[in-house]
Amino acid sequence: MKELNSIFASIGSTVLLAINSGRYLKTLPRQFPRFIDQCYSIGYTTLPIVTILSFFIGSVLALQSGYSMQNFGAKQLIGTLVGMSMVRELGPVMVAILLAGRVGSAIAAELASMKVYQEIDALVTMNIPPERMLVMPRLVAVVFMMPVLASIANLCGWFGGALVCKYTGFISVEPDAYFAALKRYMEAKDVWDGLIKADVFGFVVILVSCNIGLNTRGGPREIGAAVTKAVVVSLVLILVLDYFVTKALV
Amino acid sequence: MAGTTAPFAKKTFGVTIEKLCKSFARVPVLKDVSLEVKPGEIFVIMGPSGSGKSVLLRHIAGLELPTSGRVRIGDFDPSDPATRQQIRLAMVFQAGALFNSLTVYDNLALYLREHRLGSEGQIRERVMHALQILSLEKAALQFPAALSGGMKKRVAIARALVTGPQLLLYDEPTSELDPVMSATITEVIAALRDQTSVTTIVVSHDRDLALSIADRMAIIIDGRIRATGVIADFAHPADPDIANFLKPTIDLKNPRFKQLENDHE
Repeated sequence: MKELNSIFASIGSTVLLAINSGRYLKTLPRQFPRFIDQCYSIGYTTLPIVTILSFFIGSVLALQSGYSMQNFGAKQLIGTLVGMSMVRELGPVMVAILLAGRVGSAIAAELASMKVYQEIDALVTMNIPPERMLVMPRLVAVVFMMPVLASIANLCGWFGGALVCKYTGFISVEPDAYFAALKRYMEAKDVWDGLIKADVFGFVVILVSCNIGLNTRGGPREIGAAVTKAVVVSLVLILVLDYFVTKALV
Repeated sequence: MAGTTAPFAKKTFGVTIEKLCKSFARVPVLKDVSLEVKPGEIFVIMGPSGSGKSVLLRHIAGLELPTSGRVRIGDFDPSDPATRQQIRLAMVFQAGALFNSLTVYDNLALYLREHRLGSEGQIRERVMHALQILSLEKAALQFPAALSGGMKKRVAIARALVTGPQLLLYDEPTSELDPVMSATITEVIAALRDQTSVTTIVVSHDRDLALSIADRMAIIIDGRIRATGVIADFAHPADPDIANFLKPTIDLKNPRFKQLENDHE
């Protein structure tokens, strides 16, 4: 019962944080330098790992599907499979997971540290709402950066798949045929659905990480616990939301 | 401390606390606390460690919600985000609570920038003025991690000063400082009050600080206010707990020390 109360309290405080942060959206021009900092942190610093991982995810997807599909003579459809999988599922989910591990954990650690060392209390006594200065710029930045990251992940995955198809002996599908198949069944809606999913996941990851950081109580040991909690909760939420958002979009 | 006038607001507030109770996880920390702090005075709340004095100060700052009872700064409730905007309250935290990612200068400028209180030139003037008052000009571009404990306390006071507070709260301003730095901080608190008449509430277990600067004082023991009055009222306290707190004696013939000696052998 106590655990259930705690879960509902966490959901309530997360929703409240989103609402309170939304109230300060009109102050974004004043928080523009912080917004740019967060765009850099969320977008630019995450880009290398997104590029590398999505390239190899596309590659292995092409390899596995080529291995399976060669028995059915359906190798020409590998481009379709890799393209759709990356755009609708793997791109948004993988970028969100990387965001949780790399950015969400850092945010939880920073805010938890600020809370433990009374920096958040100092802001409150100065009549500076933490939601305005620390949460809102991060949420806006992630909404801007997630579609960019997911798009780059899609492109890298597609190219990884194309290279594997061309240079793997038992597949041997030329890039022209691969990209033709990729385009044949893909519609703009598929791309949009993927970008919407990426935005939803990114928003939830940053919101949850901020909420856990800001609600940290106790000493320095709790900072580590907050980071672990932020990453675990984010990963669970990404996968649970993935089902519901996908169901809503199809 | 430089002999310049601090940038304080002319209006200052009194504080009224009525029947304040606070419990954490059903453990009572404050029990029926009532106090009145008059505008312009230095009021020191003294008590042993764990007596609830910092929790009491956090209620005055609006950082905690009472379990029952109420706190008022003038006519305003400090825990209500809507009304607390009406009060310019500054708090000097025990550990400084400086923003570690900002330089000393930016720590001071943050309040002015966030509330858009002037151009960057005017902000610079106010920040440098506050730094000058606390003799911290040379530390302006340093980060808090590079400062000593005493300097951090002075930066925290300067940060409070730059807001032009109408109520100034200090949480253990001399803890973890050597006697010379403690004396300096005590002088700073007294001098700021002399220059500005801002209501000042100090929470401390430093008897020397309290006796040096307090206009009035309260003793809190085990979450209850045990006595309130001017310094002279505490010269010969009738309450043995207060007497023991204000004038502790070390009895080397105490049986406990003898026991330690035997254990050691």
